[in-house]
Amino acid sequence: MAAATPLESEARPARAGAWFFARRYPTVVAGLAILFLMVAIAVFAPWLSPEDPARINPRMRLRPPSAANWFGTDHLGRDVFSRVLHGARVSLFVGFAVALASTVLGLAIGLVSGFLRRLDAVVMRIMDGLMAIPAILLAIAMISLSRSSIRTVIVAITIPEIPRVVRLVRSVVLTLREQLFVDAAVSLGARLPRILAVHIMPNTLAPLIVQATYVCASAIIIEAILSFLGAGTPPDIPSWGNMMAEGRTYVLVGWWLLVFPGLFLSLVVLAVNLLGDGLRETLDPRLRRSARSL
Amino acid sequence: MAGLILRRLASTAIVMAVVALFVFGMLHLAPGDPAAIIAGDIATQEDIARIRAKLGLDRPLVEQFLVWLGHILSGDLGRSIFSDRPVAELIAQRMEPTLALATTTMLFSVLVAVPMGILAAWRAGSWIDRLVMSFAVLGFSVPVFVFAYVLILLFAVNLKWLPVMGYVSLREDPVGFFKSLAMPTLALGVTYIALIARITRASMLEVIHQDYIRTAHAKGLAIAPILLRHALKPASVPIVTTIGIGVALLIGGVVVTESVFAIPGLGRLTVDAILRRDYPIIQGVILIFSGVYVLINLVIDIVYTFLDPRIRY
Repeated sequence: MAAATPLESEARPARAGAWFFARRYPTVVAGLAILFLMVAIAVFAPWLSPEDPARINPRMRLRPPSAANWFGTDHLGRDVFSRVLHGARVSLFVGFAVALASTVLGLAIGLVSGFLRRLDAVVMRIMDGLMAIPAILLAIAMISLSRSSIRTVIVAITIPEIPRVVRLVRSVVLTLREQLFVDAAVSLGARLPRILAVHIMPNTLAPLIVQATYVCASAIIIEAILSFLGAGTPPDIPSWGNMMAEGRTYVLVGWWLLVFPGLFLSLVVLAVNLLGDGLRETLDPRLRRSARSL
Repeated sequence: MAGLILRRLASTAIVMAVVALFVFGMLHLAPGDPAAIIAGDIATQEDIARIRAKLGLDRPLVEQFLVWLGHILSGDLGRSIFSDRPVAELIAQRMEPTLALATTTMLFSVLVAVPMGILAAWRAGSWIDRLVMSFAVLGFSVPVFVFAYVLILLFAVNLKWLPVMGYVSLREDPVGFFKSLAMPTLALGVTYIALIARITRASMLEVIHQDYIRTAHAKGLAIAPILLRHALKPASVPIVTTIGIGVALLIGGVVVTESVFAIPGLGRLTVDAILRRDYPIIQGVILIFSGVYVLINLVIDIVYTFLDPRIRY
């Protein structure tokens, strides 16, 4: 049986509207373009880099940007341009991984908890508690208890993001639960897993995609902050956050150590945010007026 | 009304209990032996055993939790592993700069962001609106510490107007106090300003198109009283709620900002604790910050039910 939902019919003109939007609002296109460029940089970093990002050259310490080293060199004489290119890998990988993991987990928890009232009360109290702990502090605490690795960082950023997804999914489920087509499915004898998968989940996808872009942006920022504070990506892997952490000692003599990683970091987050705002306006007009997730 | 407040208090207590459970649980659910990780790579077996005993990891789980909870409720947040001093005392010592920075940032942000949002809503679609909205997107995209270094490079390194870092107490030197907090306040405020400006614009837009606003125009009221008295008041519920929720942003940002500007507050305490894996301190700071966050939002909730007769739970 096809899931004839009233929302699906609304989704179709919205999809056609995406192209209209792209032509009309260049910001979304700009966001996508920057993002694609950054993904390309991340994937091809080893081939694009003029030098090995880890190669130390003591005679070339703290040189300002030049024809040979476009973004200058750091305190160990490493090429900042090559390191910035490699830094895209960590940021984007963490961003995408956290967006995917927290969306999948949040969707599962939200779907089930929205449908089972008894479970719902407990789950939502846990989510409230999780949301009361500032994300960065929660991540810091988790990382301080395990050995630093990219995987730890991803887990530590994912957990504080989950409640936001759960709340979103749950609010959609709560309104859908009362709809006629769900009653119809129940009276036809559909079991819970089928109702959730076939009738409810497709309707959560549009707001979920929008939410995922915001989670991605926030994950990239938090990874950079953690690395900057010395609680994130291990120092042997170049990331924009830990490059700035190393560069901060030389703020008075080497602006390029801070400006270039900071610029790329901000550009990536900007691109993801532009994309998210654009998607929000095209995919889900109901979300337009609600407060942006934190 | 009393019943409502009691109910809000009860739900706040539940949230804090969940927070406590998380903070406690993290130490025990962490993969591997937390005592060994905290002790570091060069620790001996005795060191690890000592830390395990200090954290109470050698006793049964339920007992550990109850003992720990009892200590916390009586104000005992444990002792630092590194310096062996009470965590509560360390936190109290570092409270002032953080409180000062948070206060200046909140005041500054609200004073800047609300007019920005009102202006953008009033002139929706104009260049002012586009400027404010672009600023909002940028504010969400540039991480606190990146913006902080832009400010440092500009105002401290190039123009030499402000000190690069450090903190001066208000009691010692009021001018120095504001000078030392100018850049941190600006850096920490940007995301917060973006958030508040955005919600102010959105909720003003909703109100501005209503009939009674048109009536006010029609009877010849000046624009300022219409915007500030007739429109802002009903629009203020989501704005104030967002200001409260945004405190979470501020708290996360404080840790980073203090680290960048070498301000000896709670954030610095936390960062130093990360590097030494001093878990009792991190745990104490989380409990304090979460408690403050929950309390602020509780107060906002209660105040609003008094101020706005439309709100009934």
